[in-house]
Amino acid sequence: MPQFALLLSTPESQYDNLSPQEIQALLAKYVAWREGLVQRNIYRGSQKLIDGTGRRLRSQNGKVLITEGPFSESQEVLGGFFVIEVPTYEDAVEVARTCPHLVDGNLTEIRQLDPMTPPPAQH
Amino acid sequence: MAERTTAPESAIPCTDLVDHLFRHEFGRMVSHLTRILGARNLAIAEDAVQHAMLQALQHWPFHGIPNHPKAWLTQVAYHRALDVLKRDRRLDVYDDEAEIALTRQIDPRQGRAPIHFINEVADEQLALIFVCCHPSLPRPASVALTLKVVCGFGVAEIARAFLSTEIAINQRLVRAKRTIRDQNIRFEVPSPAQLPERLDAVLDVLYLLFNEGYAATTGDHLIKDDLCAEAIRLTTALTENSATARPEVHALLSLLLFQSARLPARVDAAGDLLLLEEQDRTLWDRTMIHRGLRHLDQAARGDHLTAYHLQAELAAAHVTADCFALTDWEHILTLYDLLQELQPTPVVLINRAIALGQVEGPAAALDALESIPRDHQSQRYRLRHAVEGEFHRQLGNLPQARTFFQRALACAHSEPERRFLERKLKTLANEPPSPHKIKSWINVSNRTDTNRLY
Repeated sequence: MPQFALLLSTPESQYDNLSPQEIQALLAKYVAWREGLVQRNIYRGSQKLIDGTGRRLRSQNGKVLITEGPFSESQEVLGGFFVIEVPTYEDAVEVARTCPHLVDGNLTEIRQLDPMTPPPAQH
Repeated sequence: MAERTTAPESAIPCTDLVDHLFRHEFGRMVSHLTRILGARNLAIAEDAVQHAMLQALQHWPFHGIPNHPKAWLTQVAYHRALDVLKRDRRLDVYDDEAEIALTRQIDPRQGRAPIHFINEVADEQLALIFVCCHPSLPRPASVALTLKVVCGFGVAEIARAFLSTEIAINQRLVRAKRTIRDQNIRFEVPSPAQLPERLDAVLDVLYLLFNEGYAATTGDHLIKDDLCAEAIRLTTALTENSATARPEVHALLSLLLFQSARLPARVDAAGDLLLLEEQDRTLWDRTMIHRGLRHLDQAARGDHLTAYHLQAELAAAHVTADCFALTDWEHILTLYDLLQELQPTPVVLINRAIALGQVEGPAAALDALESIPRDHQSQRYRLRHAVEGEFHRQLGNLPQARTFFQRALACAHSEPERRFLERKLKTLANEPPSPHKIKSWINVSNRTDTNRLY
């Protein structure tokens, strides 16, 4: 069965002014959503990325340019990702759509993982 | 001293988030950090706890809730506070004492943690309440600061509760924290010598906090219910500490419990205010009433009578009447006679007149109302107009009644109140101009009055 990565990005300082009550309410939604994935047996893992850091290496004219994050040109910061296992992209979209991450200003990108096995010769 | 490295918490792992966990943890953690850093660093403590909670929001969705969420939050807050303190190392404001105290808290191998007389979590919270409610702070600032740092409300939530703006609330909070620093207010439960004065200020603030929540007619309802619950929670904490469990604290708590007990019956399904006599008394919260009565007993063990005692007695007279007709108005009038000696405010005098109207009739009530000075504030005070209108109605003076009700309507604060007065004016139009059977009446005020009839 195909696996998909849900990449969750957030504009910086999106949450700074939330009250403790609002933080907890939002967290509870994430917990419930994640729990739902586990119960449907489609949760395969998740990982948080550390904020504000990161390096970009770019090879240009035979030289390697290294830049340090945060990368100001991007509006959104990739916060972390979930991996789920569902039959189709459409199913993955449905799962991402129910994620509490999808509130105003936030971005979710879905990419299918390459299974890294040679495709069966069908023809 | 190993237990100092983590804040006290239950050993049972928590997989679910208890209701209000973050809000209450906020207050507990700010208290704990402020005890270590000193009240002068309240802003740093607050920032550190907010940071920890935002970090939880960033991490827990991916990693799940940690086995010990409170310890997790506390550790993150410690390190954030330490970073902030270290950042100031080259500046004049650098607080080396605070940094040393926090370093020892985090890692006892760095030296003995300083000995504190305040250790218990409950004592830390009380000490923070005394900081926030210091007499040198203006009362509205104390109310906002208590809500923010002790109760863990957000600035936007406080602004919604007070129909104010976030900017205005923020300014109030910043100024209050500056005063705490400039005046070097200490993080402690005050000594017995200072306690009475300091406690008065605290009770005042808790009472205001409750009233803000009790004002049923304006602002966000959910938040308002929380304000009442918080006022009761903090007053209860004061009754549980031997230093602060004084009779007037029990009196205030019983008053708040009686008022809260009536909340569920105060409006009908359409959100319209109900008169005390129209309320379904089976909806009153019996558990709260019984708790209130217990605290009223404990309040009676003092040697002096405070306004809270009298107000609690007044509230008790209402909640213990099995039906409206059985209300002991003579007892209530006696209590108001005593209360007006202690607190001769227009609100108390108007409420006394209402009780007098029940005992001696509308003419006596109007005489009493007439003798209350019409200062600028009570001119605008809608309760007075509405009460005068009602007593004129009872005497059959319908034109005067209409005038007063219209005045009350002109300064009504909220939709339910407006609808209530419009209903009054409508029935007035259908009424024959003759003396009417004396009917009980409402108290349309919703703040700082003592004889709340709805």
